[in-house]
Amino acid sequence: MLRIENLSAWYGEAQVLRDVSLEVAAGEVVTLVGRNGAGKSTLLRCVMGLHPGQRGTVELDGRDVGKLPAHKRARLGLGWVPDDRGSYATLTVTENLTLPPTVGPDPWSLERVYEAFPALYTRRDSAATMLSGGEQQMLALARVLRMGARLLLCDEPTEGLSPLLVQQVGDLLREAKRHGVTVLLVEQNLHFATGVADRHYLLAEGRVAEAMDNSEVRSRERELLAYLGI
Amino acid sequence: MSGFAQNTFNGLVSGAFYALLALGLAVIFGMLRVVNFAHGAFYMLGAFGAYVLLTEAGVPFWAALVIMPVGLGLLGMALERAVIHRLTRLDPLYNFLLTFGLTLILQDLVKLRYGVQSSPYATPSLLSGTVNFGLFDFPTYRVFILGFAVLLCVAVWWVLTRTRIGMVVRAATERPDLTRAFGIDVGRWVTPVFGFGIGLAGLAGVLAAPMRAVNPLMGADLIIVVFAVVVIGGLGSIFGSVAAGFGIGLVQAWGEAYLSNFPIVSQTIVFVVMAVVLLWRPAGLFGREEAPA
Ligand SMILES: Nc1ncnc2c1ncn2[C@@H]1O[C@H](COP(=O)(O)OP(=O)(O)OP(=O)(O)O)[C@@H](O)[C@H]1O
Ligand SMILES: [Mg+2]
Repeated sequence: MLRIENLSAWYGEAQVLRDVSLEVAAGEVVTLVGRNGAGKSTLLRCVMGLHPGQRGTVELDGRDVGKLPAHKRARLGLGWVPDDRGSYATLTVTENLTLPPTVGPDPWSLERVYEAFPALYTRRDSAATMLSGGEQQMLALARVLRMGARLLLCDEPTEGLSPLLVQQVGDLLREAKRHGVTVLLVEQNLHFATGVADRHYLLAEGRVAEAMDNSEVRSRERELLAYLGI
Repeated sequence: MSGFAQNTFNGLVSGAFYALLALGLAVIFGMLRVVNFAHGAFYMLGAFGAYVLLTEAGVPFWAALVIMPVGLGLLGMALERAVIHRLTRLDPLYNFLLTFGLTLILQDLVKLRYGVQSSPYATPSLLSGTVNFGLFDFPTYRVFILGFAVLLCVAVWWVLTRTRIGMVVRAATERPDLTRAFGIDVGRWVTPVFGFGIGLAGLAGVLAAPMRAVNPLMGADLIIVVFAVVVIGGLGSIFGSVAAGFGIGLVQAWGEAYLSNFPIVSQTIVFVVMAVVLLWRPAGLFGREEAPA
């Protein structure tokens, strides 16, 4: 589904990704863990086509999308949940949800979104930035589900959420996976990560330092947590 | 009382011009992140175009009111494609140099052909005379301008808030990169939005022709106040630009009427207001700090 090869990225002179190669197969949920500043968010922006200073290959379904602008990549089925939630202050909650066109075979209807997120329904006519942090995270996730995106790029979707909401995010991602959606998930919560994902990449100083499966992450949890500084 | 009503009415009429010009600047800045210093020149071209159409081809006011905005809108779109779009990702200094240079070129082209003296433009006969709403006799033409500008602002507001195109423009204005990441070709809307903003300036110019002296520098004088309006309303804020446009029209009219003993105050009141607003709210009354992406 997604193949990244020798991806390097810069902010000005500073190189933040160094020859990153990774793959996510269709239907897989794969996490990307790494310390603050390791380059996780930058990697997702590169996949989206939003990072100007990059070199390397990004392939979707075997097609090189390196030259495609962001909006064309999105239309191939990419759904981005950005690290800052991407709420529009000048759009209502409903408008935030319906702004993106549907890009996949199985988009959620607005009714279904509001059934799954009653809190969003009650605030449907408010400006999105008036929602609580947790509600905005739900909005960001609901938006890519409504797009029907085939590959979700989720940047720390559980950050700062209450345990109950973390569980709901987990349920939603597992349900999406059951429907064949592929997920690349940036996540610091290792317990959550092993609960939803199939495999994990550890990003360190802009490189893929390790590729791990669930049992390896569980057995090395202490060491990894210490490394991540959590 | 009738004096106050008259000052208020005249303030709203000047405010209508500020609002139309500031609205165009706001949509252009929102979508392109370009401050169009040539906006006043397009206003002048609108008025001059109406004058030339009338005197050299006998085209009446009402036709000019359609021809000039559409024509200038198309010219704006051509300019956007030819040069303006190169400004994205360049240092803002180039923004200033290009659009200010454009102003000088347009002004001088008109000067070259028509000189610097002002030309009169007759009020269309349908709108000559006055109407009386009880308080005093309102010049019909000014009532028309006010009504027309308010209607236009309401229409633009309706399109922006109630239609899908408006939603896309709002989203692209607030966060262009994010909006592209949601599958929307923001670039496709840039040229028409620029043309629309220029068209509004041209329209304001045609409206001004029967009321103000038509001369090559008429835009240069006005645009300084319009930039103060835009800054007060909040750069890029559609609502702010319109509200501040009418507000500054009022402040100016009241200042001229009631502070005429203090010419220093009445002549600089707009900039005093601007300074106070900026100290209080650095992003303007309705502006927001820029969001990332
Ligand atoms: N706009 C920017 N300009 C310059 N440097 C940046 C910018 N954004 C990020 N960086 C730097 O690039 C590096 C990678 O940032 P990135 O946001 O991708 O890391 P991250 O792994 O997502 O971190 P976090 O866990 O804090 O979200 C960091 O060192 C950061 O300081
Ligand atoms: Mg990050």
